[in-house]
Amino acid sequence: MSETNHIKLPEGSIGRTTTTLNLGPTHPATHGVFQNILELDGERIVKAEATVGYIHRAFEKIAERRPLYQITTLTDRLNYCSAPINNMGWHLTCEKLLRIHTPKRVDYLRVIVMELARITDHLICTSIVGVDAGAFTGFLYVMQFRELVYEIYEEICGARLTTNMGRIGGFERDFPPAAWEKLERFLKEYPKAQKELETLLVRNRIFYERTRGSGAISAERALNYGFTGPNLRAAGVDYDVRVHEPYCSYGDFDFRIPVGTTGDNYDRFMVRTEEIWQSLSIIEQAYRKIQDMNGPDASVYHAEVPEYYLPQKSEVYTKMEALIWHFKIVMGEVDIPAGEVYLAVEGGNGELGFYLISDGGRSPYRLHFRRPCFIYYQAYEEIVQGSMLSDAVITMSSLNLIAGEMDA
Amino acid sequence: MTLTSDIVREKLTEKFGDSLTEWAQPHGILTFCVPRDMNLKVLSFLYDDESLAFRFLTDLTAVHYPDRAGEELCVVYHLHNLVANRRLRMKLYAPVTQPDVYTATRIFSSANWMERETYDFYGVHFIGHPNLKRVLNVDEMDYFPLRKEFPLEDQTRIDKDDEMFGRG
Repeated sequence: MSETNHIKLPEGSIGRTTTTLNLGPTHPATHGVFQNILELDGERIVKAEATVGYIHRAFEKIAERRPLYQITTLTDRLNYCSAPINNMGWHLTCEKLLRIHTPKRVDYLRVIVMELARITDHLICTSIVGVDAGAFTGFLYVMQFRELVYEIYEEICGARLTTNMGRIGGFERDFPPAAWEKLERFLKEYPKAQKELETLLVRNRIFYERTRGSGAISAERALNYGFTGPNLRAAGVDYDVRVHEPYCSYGDFDFRIPVGTTGDNYDRFMVRTEEIWQSLSIIEQAYRKIQDMNGPDASVYHAEVPEYYLPQKSEVYTKMEALIWHFKIVMGEVDIPAGEVYLAVEGGNGELGFYLISDGGRSPYRLHFRRPCFIYYQAYEEIVQGSMLSDAVITMSSLNLIAGEMDA
Repeated sequence: MTLTSDIVREKLTEKFGDSLTEWAQPHGILTFCVPRDMNLKVLSFLYDDESLAFRFLTDLTAVHYPDRAGEELCVVYHLHNLVANRRLRMKLYAPVTQPDVYTATRIFSSANWMERETYDFYGVHFIGHPNLKRVLNVDEMDYFPLRKEFPLEDQTRIDKDDEMFGRG
C-alpha cells in the first residue's frame, strides 16, 4: 500500500478559527468583476477587503489625446447601465467650457433620454436585489421593458448599450416618429410592470426580512464616505444634483426626491423604486412640454454651433464646406478654448462629475471622472463587517456597483 | 445669509492671510492654492467652521505640469457645502522629486481610495495614509502612468505585426 499523500496546508491554518474566502473576481453573485477577500467566522464576516481595478482601461490617459467627440465613446463605458447620462454629462461639460447655450427643446429631449436611462439603471438594481434575495421572476419580467428602452435608444441614435448619443449642442437628428411611438408605449405599459415588480417584492416577507436592517450605513458615515445618489438618499440626505445645481433645464420640472431613513438595503431598494416613478413623471412632463411647443422651437434639436456640431450627413456627402467641417471636427482640428471646468450630473449612482482642464489644445490637458461607484465602494468593507455572507451579496447589488464606472 | 464666494474668500484670508494664493473663479467655482504643508489646516478649518462647513469631499485628483519646475504635481480637492450648496476647489503644488502631501483621510473617509488612486497614477505620496498602495493598476507596476512623460502609443507606428488586432 502506497503512502497517503496529504494536501499540504498553509502554515498555521489548523489553529485558525476563521476562514478566508475569495468572493470574485468573477463570481455569479458579484454581477461584475469585483474581488472581495472575506475573513469569515462561520458565516459571519469578520473582515472584508475589496480589490478593484480588474477592468481598468486608462480612460483618463486615453482622453488626453482624443478630441472631444472621441471621448464620448469612453464615457459610454463608465456606467454602461445608463450610458446616455454619461454622454449627456460629457456634452454638457464641453458646452460649459465652450459656453454654448442649448435651446429648451434640446434640454427636454435630453431630459427624456437621461430619465429613461435612470429608469433602466434603477431597474437593473432593484430587480437584481430581488434575484439575490431569491426572486428571479421579477428580473426577467422587467427586462423586456429595458429592452423597449434600448429600442428607443436605437431609434434615436442607432446604438443600444454603449450609445455614444448626441452631439455637442444637441442631437445628430430629431427623434423619429418611431421613437415617440415606442416612448408612448413605454409610458403606457411600463407602470403596470413596475407595479407588479413592487407587488412581488415590497411587502414580500422573505424579501423584507432579507433586506431590512442589513447593509446599513448612517447618514453621517455615508456623507463622510462621499456617498451620492440613491445610496446617500436612502440614508436620509436629500442631495440630488438635478435639484441642487439644475442642469439641462431640470428646474422646469416638478418632481420629488425620495429619501430613506436607515440607509439599509431595503431603503436603497425603495428609494430607487420611487425614483423610477419620479423619472416616469419627468418624462411625461418633458414629453408634454415638447408637444406644447410651436413655431420654429418645435423642431429644433441642436444649438447653432457650427464649429463643434457635426454637419448633416446629407450635406457632408454633397457639399464641400460641410465635408471640410466634418473632417476638421472629427480629426480634432478645432482647438478647444483653455479653461477649467467641473460639471456634475446626477448619474444612476450619484454625482457623476467631469473635471476638465484644457490648455487650448486639440484634446483635454487633463480629464478626471468623478465616478460615484468608485468613491462609495470603499465603504463596503465597513458596511459588511459583522454581517452574514449572504447579506454581503445583497449589499453589493443594492449599492448598484458597476465595474465599468468603478475602474474607469 | 447665503454663503457667497466673497464670504468664503474673506473668511479664509482672515484666517490664513497671504498664504492662500492664486484666487480665481473659473466657470463659477472658487479656486485657490494652499502651501503644500498647510492643506490639512485649511481643510479642517473649512470643515469645522460653522459658517463655512465644507464637509463633503467631492473629488480628489492630481494634474501633472512638467514645465513648472519644483511644483510639477498639482493636487486638486473639490469640496462641497451641501447645505449652502456651494463648491470650492483647493489646489496645492508638490515637486515631482518628493511629492509628500499630508493625507486627508482623518477628515474624510472618502479620501482613502481617492488618494490611493492619485498615488497610483501620479505617485503623490500621502503622508499618514492608512493603506497607501495601488488601487486600479497592478501592484507590480513601477511607474506612475498618468504623468506626462509617459506618452500613449504612437498611432502612426508601423513596426507592429499583430494580426490578432488587425494591424498585420
